[in-house]
Amino acid sequence: MRDQKLWTWHVLAGLVILVFLGLHMTVMHLDKIFEAETLNPSDGKPIDWANVVARGKTLFFPATYVVLLAAALFHGLYGLRGILLELGPAAGIQRAISVLFVLVGAGLFVFGTWAAIMSHGLAKAL
Amino acid sequence: MSDAKQILYRVRRYDPARDGAPRWQDFTIPRTPGMTVLDGLWTIKQTLDATLAWRASCRMGVCGSCGMLVNGRPRLACNTQVSELGADVVALAPLPNFDIIRDLVPDLAPAFDAHQALMPFIVREDVQERENPTGEFGQSAEELEHYLQFSYCIKCGCCMAACPTYATDPSYSGPMPLAQAHRYNADTRDEGFRNRKETLAGERGPWRCHFAGECSRVCPKGVDPAKAIQLMKRELVLDYLRLRRAHASAPVAPKPKDGKRRPDVPDAPARTV
Repeated sequence: MRDQKLWTWHVLAGLVILVFLGLHMTVMHLDKIFEAETLNPSDGKPIDWANVVARGKTLFFPATYVVLLAAALFHGLYGLRGILLELGPAAGIQRAISVLFVLVGAGLFVFGTWAAIMSHGLAKAL
Repeated sequence: MSDAKQILYRVRRYDPARDGAPRWQDFTIPRTPGMTVLDGLWTIKQTLDATLAWRASCRMGVCGSCGMLVNGRPRLACNTQVSELGADVVALAPLPNFDIIRDLVPDLAPAFDAHQALMPFIVREDVQERENPTGEFGQSAEELEHYLQFSYCIKCGCCMAACPTYATDPSYSGPMPLAQAHRYNADTRDEGFRNRKETLAGERGPWRCHFAGECSRVCPKGVDPAKAIQLMKRELVLDYLRLRRAHASAPVAPKPKDGKRRPDVPDAPARTV
């Protein structure tokens, strides 16, 4: 069951990345084509401070950062774990790799989520 | 390719009881029209070296015994003509990814253990019908198409020898057992998906397959194990998401009412078990 479950989530995380990375590309690089004011309400480039603050004030963008972070961490670390396990390490090392990746993934997720929440609070205060 | 009347066979020899490491040995033998790689091996054994060991049986690409590495590619020796290799040297080695029993004889036991673990047979829940069959299970031609090509597998091990994942990961079941598991899962007469899932959902399942496709490329019977593995992954993902639509179990087909037995057809022999 374990590998069936993990692989399914791996695929689902890939789909989430596809959607949210598409959104990122739309916001950051296709601003001339999609002149949507909700994405870049201030004039100028998407990376301009005013636009970054404006997006940070909404709940939508920090939420997408967290979802994309979770998906990218799981997808990437699970894939890397698979590559390492195929090198044929001993059972103990395999367990150690799995535990290490869970800890690293959880740590990065907590840190990234904290950063997203803080940026939202900071943007609202401005 | 030259029109030489002779051909050089370069054979990898290894006897674990005697040799420290495998070695190459050359044999020059007459080249004849339509000669297969297996024919050449027989010529060597009959005229040059009777100790050379390999497996073979049917000589017609059916039994799957004579799988070996021919000029770097897993093939059936009986199904490969020397002329189609387009080379003046026929280099033969045992199938990779297996231990060597002797010379060109690989130890296929791990592959068959994995095969057996995935229950490569029709599993039915109606034990009464299974033990005392009253007829055949009905199946349409369309239902047959879902698994027919996978049933052509002769278990020669060529796909296992070509698989880059099986080469490095001993916990991976390999393309042959997985394709056969899918062959039975896709069979409407079968009800064993849940039983096979106990193995398939774990680390011995299809998850390590990178879809390199080498298994399908080398299969001497034209089976596409890589496709079977991807289809199986899809089935298992849908099963986890509770979206899998299990096929209805094939019922016992009604016996023809108006049929009349031809007088020259003898009765079936009595059951022995």
